[in-house]
Amino acid sequence: MKPLLHIALKSAWNRRLTLGLTLLAIALSVTLLLSVERIRQAARDGFAQSVSGTDLIVGARGSPLQLVLYAVFNIGEASNNVDWQSYQAIAANPVVAWSVPLALGDSHRGFPVLGTTPAYFEHYRYGDRQPLRFTSGQAFNGLFEAVLGAEVAAKLGYQLGDRLTLSHGSGPLPGLEHEDKPFTVVGILAPTGTPVDRRVQVSLAAIEAIHLDWQGGAPIPGLAIPAEIVSKFDLQPKTITAFLLGLHQRSAVFRLQRKISEFRGEPLLAVMPGVALDQLWQTVGIVEKALLGISWLVFAVGLSGLAAVMLASLNERRRELAVLRSVGAGPRHIVFLLVIESLLVTLLGVLLSVAAVSVAAWLGGPWLAAWFGLSTLPLAVSPGELRLLAGIFAAALLVSLWPAWRAYRLSLADGLIPRL
Amino acid sequence: MSHPAIAISNLAFRWRPADAFCLELANATVDAGKSLFLHGPSGSGKSTLLNLIGGVLLPARGSVSLLGQPLGELSATRRDAFRADHLGFIFQQFNLIPYLSVLDNVLLPCRFSARRAKRVSEPEGEARRLLAALDLDPALLGRPAAELSVGQQQRVAAARALIGQPEILIADEPTSALDAERQAAFVELLLSEAGRAGSAVVFVSHDLRLATHFDHSLALAA
Repeated sequence: MKPLLHIALKSAWNRRLTLGLTLLAIALSVTLLLSVERIRQAARDGFAQSVSGTDLIVGARGSPLQLVLYAVFNIGEASNNVDWQSYQAIAANPVVAWSVPLALGDSHRGFPVLGTTPAYFEHYRYGDRQPLRFTSGQAFNGLFEAVLGAEVAAKLGYQLGDRLTLSHGSGPLPGLEHEDKPFTVVGILAPTGTPVDRRVQVSLAAIEAIHLDWQGGAPIPGLAIPAEIVSKFDLQPKTITAFLLGLHQRSAVFRLQRKISEFRGEPLLAVMPGVALDQLWQTVGIVEKALLGISWLVFAVGLSGLAAVMLASLNERRRELAVLRSVGAGPRHIVFLLVIESLLVTLLGVLLSVAAVSVAAWLGGPWLAAWFGLSTLPLAVSPGELRLLAGIFAAALLVSLWPAWRAYRLSLADGLIPRL
Repeated sequence: MSHPAIAISNLAFRWRPADAFCLELANATVDAGKSLFLHGPSGSGKSTLLNLIGGVLLPARGSVSLLGQPLGELSATRRDAFRADHLGFIFQQFNLIPYLSVLDNVLLPCRFSARRAKRVSEPEGEARRLLAALDLDPALLGRPAAELSVGQQQRVAAARALIGQPEILIADEPTSALDAERQAAFVELLLSEAGRAGSAVVFVSHDLRLATHFDHSLALAA
């Protein structure tokens, strides 16, 4: 078969234009397939790591999914709040290394506002346990200071020192603005690709302060406590929405989880974020499967192109095949010649697309990770992708058998003298 | 050399069992090193006969034996190998693989047959010698075959058929694309090189004027 390899290469080179275009089609379709596979994986990993390094998320008892949705993604609302005393009691447990309280409910021009403590900036992790970084400024220190997520700052054009007011509830409604107590931007976070980018972070005390003269979700008529004197009040919150816990040792997580669900003060729920996020992905993951399915279809189109070109070339190659038979080639040589050509085109297409995807991941990966929350795109081919590539080759081999079989039939019928 | 190069006996061929025979040949023998002129009108089954001798087709009746080996007793794969080892072919036209160089075209049989490659101590040198003997400009050797004139292509085809000294050379109207005055010259060159290689020659043509160059002559009935 070795002499045939040389002939196959020369023959393919002779038809380099049509084969080149086919190769390009294969390369593009495999590139799409590989990109979707890689981004799918990265999106899944990125999603699962929207919050990392946190061992438990604790909130009022309800559905675990709902807890993750409002505590991590700031979507929807908590059915109940958590008493400050409960938080204090659980945070004091010796297995707890750190705790971060979360108070939600206000917003700024559509972006959720999170009341928390400076511990948030210290302990919050996302992705591969990356800490939050500031592109400018620092964590809040004073009462009416805000730290903006990257997207909030970019979309609304805020810079350090700018002033903004918060709205009660999730959207601006007339009369529900905390206009009397404006905040100053003191820090802007670097993009993370997680819900952090869309948050306005303020202190718990500030949340308490803007609601001093409010009751039941509306300002108390006739009562207005100016910003200058709020610090004279007790700004210790009575309740929070949820809190994050980090443990000294992960092995204690189940014990603490049980302990929290049996907490006497009030009905609470503790979920492990990874598990809950995985569950959540199952429901939104349909899209990725659809994308992958479409990519396979595009690849099928590429392969049919290859088969069509190979079949079309047979007519002009009948003489060539007859000459080869006259010098001693058998039908099996003819089959080999056609199969090797298809596989060669596929191999080059696949190599081209692996190179393209790797270069794209190298150039665009950091950007995608920052703004879309994809986990870092791998540069090398993963075992999962190797299986994918094996599938691609198997499909190409299968498809190449068709023109090869045609050529086999033709060469049997033609013998040494093609009847053209 | 006890066996004739080609021995045909009681041969008949048809494409489908239901058809009438399209070729019948009672007896024909070509001794080693001898030449046979085969003529007949088109449609007389010349192409079919060549496919039968080449072992690409098998007869419905009778047998073709080459060098004492009945082809019908060999498997298809063995017949392909036998063809590579012992036969050289020249066709009317389109003999060459257009994208291969002249030299690569001539060397093709040596790629498929170790036996023919071994017979010439140095295949490339032998290819050059044959091409020179067949009067081909050495400057053309590296060119793709597609760039050659028809006459040049036929000489390259002759060199390819002869390389490695196959026992049998089959030429199917190799001169029909050539001018009248160059036909005779080509036949002479071919026969002298075949003689040098010790090959038996079967030369098919409808041009009876060429018959005088050959040892024997045989007519195929229409």
